[in-house]
Amino acid sequence: MQHWAVLPILIPLLAGTLMLLPPLAGTIRRQRIASLVSLALMLVGALVLFRLSTQATQLYVLGDWQPPFGILLVADRLSSLLVLLTTVLAIGAVLYSLAGDDNRGKYFHSLMMYQLMGVNGAFLTGDIFNLFVFFEVLLIASYALLIHGGGKQKTQANVHYIVLNLIGSAFFLFALGMLYGTLGTLNMAQMSTRIAGLTPGASILAEAGALLLLVVFGLKAAMMPLHFWLPKAYASASAPVAAMFAIMTKVGIYSIFRVHTVVFGEQAGDLAYIAIPWIWPMALLTLVIGAVGVLAAPTLRTLVANLILISAGTLLVAVVLLNTQAVIGGLYYLVHTTLVTGALFLLADVIAQQRGQASDRFVVSRPMKQAPMLGLLFFIGAVTVAGLPPLSGFVGKALLLQAAETATEMGWVWSTILLSSLAVIIALSRAGTNLFWHVSGNKTGTDNAQPIQLIAIAFLLLASPALVIFGGPATDFAEAAALQMQQMYPEVQTLMAEGQP
Amino acid sequence: MEAIFAFCVGLMTACGLFLTLRGRTFPVVVGITLLSYAVNLFLFSSGRLLINGATILGQSDQYADPLPQALVLTAIVIGFAMTAFVVILAIRARSDLGNDHVDGRNPPGAGLPSDRLKEKN
Repeated sequence: MQHWAVLPILIPLLAGTLMLLPPLAGTIRRQRIASLVSLALMLVGALVLFRLSTQATQLYVLGDWQPPFGILLVADRLSSLLVLLTTVLAIGAVLYSLAGDDNRGKYFHSLMMYQLMGVNGAFLTGDIFNLFVFFEVLLIASYALLIHGGGKQKTQANVHYIVLNLIGSAFFLFALGMLYGTLGTLNMAQMSTRIAGLTPGASILAEAGALLLLVVFGLKAAMMPLHFWLPKAYASASAPVAAMFAIMTKVGIYSIFRVHTVVFGEQAGDLAYIAIPWIWPMALLTLVIGAVGVLAAPTLRTLVANLILISAGTLLVAVVLLNTQAVIGGLYYLVHTTLVTGALFLLADVIAQQRGQASDRFVVSRPMKQAPMLGLLFFIGAVTVAGLPPLSGFVGKALLLQAAETATEMGWVWSTILLSSLAVIIALSRAGTNLFWHVSGNKTGTDNAQPIQLIAIAFLLLASPALVIFGGPATDFAEAAALQMQQMYPEVQTLMAEGQP
Repeated sequence: MEAIFAFCVGLMTACGLFLTLRGRTFPVVVGITLLSYAVNLFLFSSGRLLINGATILGQSDQYADPLPQALVLTAIVIGFAMTAFVVILAIRARSDLGNDHVDGRNPPGAGLPSDRLKEKN
């Protein structure tokens, strides 16, 4: 058995803990070095895992306790892609934080490592209770990161965020209790084979459990009626934290993908695709609400936070279309949107710093010192996120629209996605005009952005042209991942069949 | 036994949900605590209710499912840490924002009678 699958969880756990202990705890400089070293290690680990998973799904049996009783990590194509994506995003966020954001409070780098451990674990685990545990790991790190640096706004946003997520966790446990009580297992591969054989009485309980899980994942993914916490929390968090949070809604969407289209997939008899009719209207309404939010946003950060809502809605549409084409488009779009919205959060912070008192509000202010450079970055980010050719947003949305062509709901999908894209274009061009051209006087501030900040932004934005240039291999990989995901963990099934007496 | 158990868990969940919908942080924290109690009991019942069942082989004629007990243990630990965190945050919010409303500001006319008197004067 190879140990690559557990490294994305172990490295941040060890690094985060070491940073709390004496030789590293004292100085920010040592913590920064340790953080960069462990990120480099994680990147290597994630790349190796990514390569290995294209040959065969990597299974890791923790403590050699055989499934279904022990916990199993499953690194298939989709999981290892998302682990790699998380690591790349984290490198961008941490590089940016080196400019000083990490020194506004204690233990920034430790918390970031625990956050990474939680996210990676949630992507890799094959056991649904373990998924709950990793959700809690990433949540408690995110509570502390959200309030990192302190301030009234952060405290206020954090109260809502924590209370909602604690109630969500309680619901998660209720759902798990129901599913375990009826199915007698927590291993996702085994659950999927047992659903079809339930008696009618147990079937109703399992249905209730599945729909409760949708509430929990919907809260994480910011699905329509459960999204109210998101804009405020993301807009008030410090820039590197907000950029890192771009992956958090994707954890919710990934879980919906896994549980509601695979575990409760076509083999589930009466309960097949039980949650899909509920997600349909929510997905489209999330897009609408996001579009309204983007148009109404008074600051650049709120605007970007609403862009996250739009991307969540688009990804939910990719989930509910239930065909391979849509999953391919969805995966492509997921990689693109995570990195680009992360970069936009960082860019919003640099812009706010250079505009002095006006911050990132859309009002007349002094010009920015590095306006041409920031303007160029903003332009690239805006073009990408709005989905204009030739960058990756266009390809992602085009793939999705193409996948919707055969669906009966095509009219709804096309009109909502295209109208929300129009709203994004209008809002971003208004934002750009306001920020860069509505200036009073020509006296600029004195501070330049630090080179490391610009490098971090450019690094994340670079993903977009890269995704276009390597569009062929990227979509081939997404296709293989989509097909593999729909086959219900064949390797796990054989492993369990061998293990049973 | 099942009926009493179900009634108690249901009542506790209802009380917990009611309290989490209140406007001040204290009842919300109490509500979250009640919810997590209810959840822990509920998880126990997912292994079916049984009296005098052992969880270790060779100790008894009847066996209880050991897995829900492990799950409850995990859930208790996590719930405890989360509650501790939310209590600290509530205290912090009270001092940062100057009031204990979950929105960070008192809704108009919702303060204590003594506060309203002060506003009038």
